[in-house]
Amino acid sequence: MSQTRPQKASLFVTCVVDQFYPEIGESTVRVLQRLGVDVEFNPDQICCGQPAFNTGYWKEARPLAKRFIEMYRDDEYVVIPSGSCASMVRVFYQELFHDDPTLLRQATEVGSHVFEFSEFLVDVLGVDTLPKATSPKLNTSVTYHEACHLRRELGATTQARKLIDASSGVDLAEMDQSEVCCGFGGTFAVKYADISGAMLQEKITHIRNSGADAVVACDATCLMHIGGGLEKQGIQVRPQHLAQLLDESMG
Amino acid sequence: MAEVRTREFKNLASDALADDGVQKNLGSLYNGFNQGRLSQAAATPNWEEMRERARRIKTHTIENLDYYLDMAATNVEKAGGKVFFARDSETASQYILDLAKRKGVRSVIKGKSMLSEEMDLNQRLAKEEIEAIETDLGEYLVQLADQTPYHIIAPAIHMSKSDVNDIFHEKLGTDPNASIDELAGAARDELREKFIEADMSITGANFVVAETGTLVLVTNEGNGRMSTSMPKTHVAIMGMEKIVPSMEDMGTFLRLLIRSATGQKISSYVTMVTGPRTEVEEDGPEEFHLVIVDNGRSKLLADPRLREALNCIRCGACLNACPVYSKVGGHAYGWVYSGPIGAVISPVLTNVSDAKDLPYASSLCGACKEACPVKIDLPRMLLYLRSELTEGNTDPTRKNSSWIEKLAMKGWRLSVSNRTMLGIANRLGRIAQWPIARKGRLRRLPPPLSGWTRYRSFPSVSSSPFRSRWKKNIKP
Repeated sequence: MSQTRPQKASLFVTCVVDQFYPEIGESTVRVLQRLGVDVEFNPDQICCGQPAFNTGYWKEARPLAKRFIEMYRDDEYVVIPSGSCASMVRVFYQELFHDDPTLLRQATEVGSHVFEFSEFLVDVLGVDTLPKATSPKLNTSVTYHEACHLRRELGATTQARKLIDASSGVDLAEMDQSEVCCGFGGTFAVKYADISGAMLQEKITHIRNSGADAVVACDATCLMHIGGGLEKQGIQVRPQHLAQLLDESMG
Repeated sequence: MAEVRTREFKNLASDALADDGVQKNLGSLYNGFNQGRLSQAAATPNWEEMRERARRIKTHTIENLDYYLDMAATNVEKAGGKVFFARDSETASQYILDLAKRKGVRSVIKGKSMLSEEMDLNQRLAKEEIEAIETDLGEYLVQLADQTPYHIIAPAIHMSKSDVNDIFHEKLGTDPNASIDELAGAARDELREKFIEADMSITGANFVVAETGTLVLVTNEGNGRMSTSMPKTHVAIMGMEKIVPSMEDMGTFLRLLIRSATGQKISSYVTMVTGPRTEVEEDGPEEFHLVIVDNGRSKLLADPRLREALNCIRCGACLNACPVYSKVGGHAYGWVYSGPIGAVISPVLTNVSDAKDLPYASSLCGACKEACPVKIDLPRMLLYLRSELTEGNTDPTRKNSSWIEKLAMKGWRLSVSNRTMLGIANRLGRIAQWPIARKGRLRRLPPPLSGWTRYRSFPSVSSSPFRSRWKKNIKP
């Protein structure tokens, strides 16, 4: 382990994890703590503003983005268990504040401290091996779905797979077209439900064909979408956030 | 201008989703064109540097478009060609019709051109009793079937072989079970006659090189070369953005265009034409006309947030990579351009308010920008158009959003305004879900959320959100 490894990180848990999947937040904290990181959590955090921004309501998104900037501008590291919310801060705040030089500068600054969970582990902590459970009990095969914003906005294509490979008791069974969108896209899934549903069906077919026990991703929203489809069709494949998989594997 | 059906996006998309044949044909895009591009990119050294170089050249050219257009026009004229600048499709069509009348033209052969589709040029010519025949095989199929192109580079990608058998049997009298070779032979026989008879050719322009005034056409069937060499008059039509400064730049663009479009290293034909036939040349037209068309492109140029769309070289890679296009197909977009680039430019070139579905019909996955050979940030522009439609920042005519959505957004904004409000929203959510939640899942939600539960169940709101767990259990 490197000596310059960060001691402290602030967790931005995301509104979806807070309200719907608190167990993903708990796993994120446990994994970070196992890796020697002192996790902080600001209870005033709410939302990065992405739902409004993506739907075109930039005026509604700006106050939320401003609050994020103010809340986290002094933190050295902010960890977010979502590629999409991390993209919102690092990439799309630039767009939201393109005509406001002060906020644009602040957004760029705070963005440079923001990391998605798998990025933080691999790129910042330099993790290449993971601690094993004292009595290893995990024996599972998982398939990995690449969340779109993690791959194409943050450019993080290798980190999550590296961590899956480093997990004990876990086999990676790649699905076909793992990099193709599951069809979620926020309000897109409701506004254009039939198109979104057709995209989801493709994803479900590839997941089933992989033969894996679980589908792992770095975004709770992709998992909400994919998991909701699997559940609706009675398919016994678990949706699992990467943090939950690592948490289980470390025991 | 071609008929605009962008308002009908949802219905047209439903038609495509319900058509098994179309779904099967669209399903071939991922492993076909898309994988072809990826293989070529992997096999080409410095692919990423080349994309960046092309992006810079295009951005520079568009920023200085007046300068390069003037240079191109001067050089075309120097080579003996004639140049006409057309404000819109009507003006461009009229120039061509007047020219055809003056020359007594009865029959025209066409090279593939999306701009011609914008202008609805074949119909305009037909009204004047001038026969216009498409010579790109895909375009020819679409023309015989009385349809419009489905894809920028593969106009008949939605047709199966048996569809083609039916069309050829009806229109050309071929055997209903003819083989692919026999079908291609029938088209060749038919088109060869047309090439010989034609008084005029009209082609598009993949590029025009400003420093030499050279028209560049990329084809796989040789129809581009036949069109530019056989008839006495050749008219090339180009969108005003299709300029490349120098012949040296062409090396970059040809490599990127062809590899990104079809997954070939180079197409069967690359045709370069500078002006009409000279005294020492045996082939070529007596007259060469270049018609440079704006048709709404100035609106893209004038908006710094959309200008990047003019960098497009029309390779179709964003369509091939797009998971939405591969479900709804090309006709759903309701105008000439489809897929991610169509969702950006069709609304602006036609009417943004009528095309409000197009910028929203995307999951914003970014596969388009990953595929684009000139790195156009298409998701960024889709987001910008969404904000224009919702808030009308710069243009009030672009404003368009439903009151239900506005109300929902206000409600959501209120619920996330601070942690007290979020706590209240959590309780309200739990009360609302109480009668319908089963084992922590919601299986049927009322409109407008019913679309979600048609294909997936929804998780119920947690009674112990992360923030309360943090306070109780985890906080060190």
